[in-house]
Amino acid sequence: MLTLTVNGQAKQVEAENDTPLLWIIREHLQMTGTKFGCGAGLCGACTVHVDGVAVRSCQTAVKDAVGKKITTIEGLNGGKPHALQVAWIAEQVPQCGYCQSGQIMQAASLLAKNNDPTKAEIVAHMDGNLCRCMTYGRIQKAILRAAADMRNQSGS
Amino acid sequence: MTKMDRIDLNRRSFLVSATAAGLAFGYVSIEGVGGALAAGSFGPTAWYSIAPDGKVTVMVGKAEMGQHVSSAMAQIVAEELEADWRTMAIALPDNDPKYNDPLLGALITGGSWSVRMNFDAMSRAGAAGRITLIDAGAAMMGVPAGECRASNSQVIHSKTGKKVSYAKIVAGGKASKVWTADELKAIKLKAPGTYTLVGQSVPQLDIPSKTNGTAKYGIDVMVPGMVYGKPVMPPVRYGATVKAVDDSAAKKVKGFVKAVTLDDKTATTTGWVVAVASTYEGAKAAAAALKVTYDNGPYAKVSDQTLIDEAKKLQADGAAGQLFVSAGDPAKAIESAAKVLEAEYFTSINIHAPLEPMNALAYEKEGVWHIHTGNQFATRTGGIAAGALGVDPKFVVLHQYFMGGGFGRRLDADMVIPAVLAAKAVGKPVKLIYAREDDMAMDFTRPLTYQKVKAGLDTNGAIVGLQHDVVCAWPTARWGIPAFLTPSVDKKGPLDGFTVNGADFWYTVPNHKVRAVLNELAQKATPSGQLRSVAPGWTFWAVESMIDELAHASGKDPVDFRLALLDGAGANAGGAKRLANALRTAVGRSGYGATALPKNSGIGVACVSSQERATATWTACTAQVEVNPATGKFKVNRLTLAMDLGTVVNPNGVHAQIEGSALWGMSLALFEKAPLENGALQVSNFDGYTPMRMSQIPDLDVSIISSNEPASGCGEPGVTVVAPAIANAIFNAVGARVRSLPITAEAVKAAIKA
Repeated sequence: MLTLTVNGQAKQVEAENDTPLLWIIREHLQMTGTKFGCGAGLCGACTVHVDGVAVRSCQTAVKDAVGKKITTIEGLNGGKPHALQVAWIAEQVPQCGYCQSGQIMQAASLLAKNNDPTKAEIVAHMDGNLCRCMTYGRIQKAILRAAADMRNQSGS
Repeated sequence: MTKMDRIDLNRRSFLVSATAAGLAFGYVSIEGVGGALAAGSFGPTAWYSIAPDGKVTVMVGKAEMGQHVSSAMAQIVAEELEADWRTMAIALPDNDPKYNDPLLGALITGGSWSVRMNFDAMSRAGAAGRITLIDAGAAMMGVPAGECRASNSQVIHSKTGKKVSYAKIVAGGKASKVWTADELKAIKLKAPGTYTLVGQSVPQLDIPSKTNGTAKYGIDVMVPGMVYGKPVMPPVRYGATVKAVDDSAAKKVKGFVKAVTLDDKTATTTGWVVAVASTYEGAKAAAAALKVTYDNGPYAKVSDQTLIDEAKKLQADGAAGQLFVSAGDPAKAIESAAKVLEAEYFTSINIHAPLEPMNALAYEKEGVWHIHTGNQFATRTGGIAAGALGVDPKFVVLHQYFMGGGFGRRLDADMVIPAVLAAKAVGKPVKLIYAREDDMAMDFTRPLTYQKVKAGLDTNGAIVGLQHDVVCAWPTARWGIPAFLTPSVDKKGPLDGFTVNGADFWYTVPNHKVRAVLNELAQKATPSGQLRSVAPGWTFWAVESMIDELAHASGKDPVDFRLALLDGAGANAGGAKRLANALRTAVGRSGYGATALPKNSGIGVACVSSQERATATWTACTAQVEVNPATGKFKVNRLTLAMDLGTVVNPNGVHAQIEGSALWGMSLALFEKAPLENGALQVSNFDGYTPMRMSQIPDLDVSIISSNEPASGCGEPGVTVVAPAIANAIFNAVGARVRSLPITAEAVKAAIKA
């Protein structure tokens, strides 16, 4: 039995040590906001935060997440709407929506370090996240909008 | 095969009835009215319902795969219903025929048809609901209905200002009416200029749930007691048979249940095995541990080159194929032409690769099979599942979900077969998930296409005749549904119009023939499917490249040349002028001819009437590219698109579709190819098959041309217009003509030298 901390809650799971964290989150814990896209770290749909760092959960063995803080889309910003989620709606970003949990989690790790990113910094940070509907232009706009909102909130 | 139940709207009535859960509105067949009324409720059959709190839920028979069609349908209903947008919600029905598309007679989503084909029925449904609510509201207020109007989910007595909300009327339980087909037809709908909701960029109803992880896709479904299935795919795309399965190593995997070799009576799949285990990771490990021996079948040596050789042979045979267009005698006209151009155009095999891999959850309960999956053609897919199980289709319920991308991939039914057969074999619910590698290797692809176009110019540089041969697999004919085939003009039997649509262009060319030729070998070796935009994705590649070649050969500007051909003569009246207008709009915004470009840069143009001639959306594009003549490498800096689609339901939603489809077009033109070698698609994951990423997007400039003309579709046309615009730009930049998709630097470099 492994004990994980997901979105601030302790969770017990019965699984092999090398099981990808993705399947633990999605199927064992039935938290399906995190998506399976490629299983090879190539698309970013499964992105979650481990101790605040954006990782591909399909490439993270569950044993490596034990004792760390795992955050999924359901727990981003403690479950209250994150500036990115507000911006995602304002810019009407999602089409099919399947990649968007991963996009938002990836973007959140950028804004946590840098609330005034340039377009080039956004592209460099987001290029590993595939959007098959190709909503890239709107993703960029939404990140810039959220960053501006965060700066306004913090008064900087 | 599924029977297509074509339902004639003239034979349908519209029912508004009070149910325990509120008020329900829906079309029913005339035969069904009595039964529905007798039952006192037809809740689940309704197209929309209003709850006692005023919430309006529209049951959308269209697949929601990100095109926001569900929201558009709700918007059309709300316009005539006079409902407050904030009260609108959507729900996705199962595969019951009562939710069939009123014109197509099935639950199917594709062709950029949905808004066009459902606009009238949804408008009338909304209007009938409004009139019924006004009658009931007036009665509640004790005033004549004729003095009342509806607005913002309220019935208002104009003289006194008295009002009653839809919620109160519904809670009162008195609203009820059967509308005959004639009464429905007689409803005077709003004039397009008077819309208050249609034409507004109201927020899409499906978006909020797609930002917080709560949107539910097929892959997210769980039921108690379920086990997991992971397919083991054969080494060839089609035609393999399983000789033996050795599960000795798989048996050591924790939670392993069984290896199920599929006996697929529908022949949708060949040589598939499913590893079943109590967890997904267990199923995956067991699948890897299974040792399967195959007979690779008759197509194990087929490659791209085999298909091209076969296509060329067929094209050279004048007796092959059937005519889709036949006007005048192009062969004779070309014979006496001053100048003759002949060229071959190719497009590669492409795969859909939606980000949600194929999946389905299946189980049997009390004699009924339940399948949970997102699907674009629920009517056929339910039938295929029934065929695989050997049960009557009425005992198969397909539960619909949001789709993590469709693009035509989810028109197919393959994913339900391993799910139902594995569930039957193990006697438990099976949640089956393709690995990305399975999804790519077994895609129902955009077929490889080979096209030959021959045209003649007179001494004035006018086209005197054009012959266009299109040779490829026939994706839609594969379905075996006669209603989806097109009669040939030479009466040689039906052809697959979804391989030649677009070739029947709106240019005025006096002698014109288009021949559709089935590549049987491709049809068998690589079962093809409908990939976003289908035929216009390749026909316009050939047409718009050749038109450009003809313009240059005649010494004319490619824009002027096209505008002259779009004269709107005869059968081209109306549409040709709208297309010309879209072309002028895109060209004007691009700065074509007005902006000085750097050396080795060029702007290319293309314009299309995708999807079908009868459902055309008038779309034009310019591409600005920069080429390195030493290496052939090129960069697309800017795409400028203009689209005339008549009535626009949601401008921001249309804009989003144009953005996505244009980038799709560019991605197919530059970055995507699925080679076929030894009968297998040589793609496994997103390292080898590489759709466009954020760092590769160009600047995009999009113009929407709206009017009071009927609404047209916007999900696909953008895909078709971009590739020829890019190729034509490369020619304008460095004089290199490329005729094969995707366009490679090597091809550009070789064409510069040529």
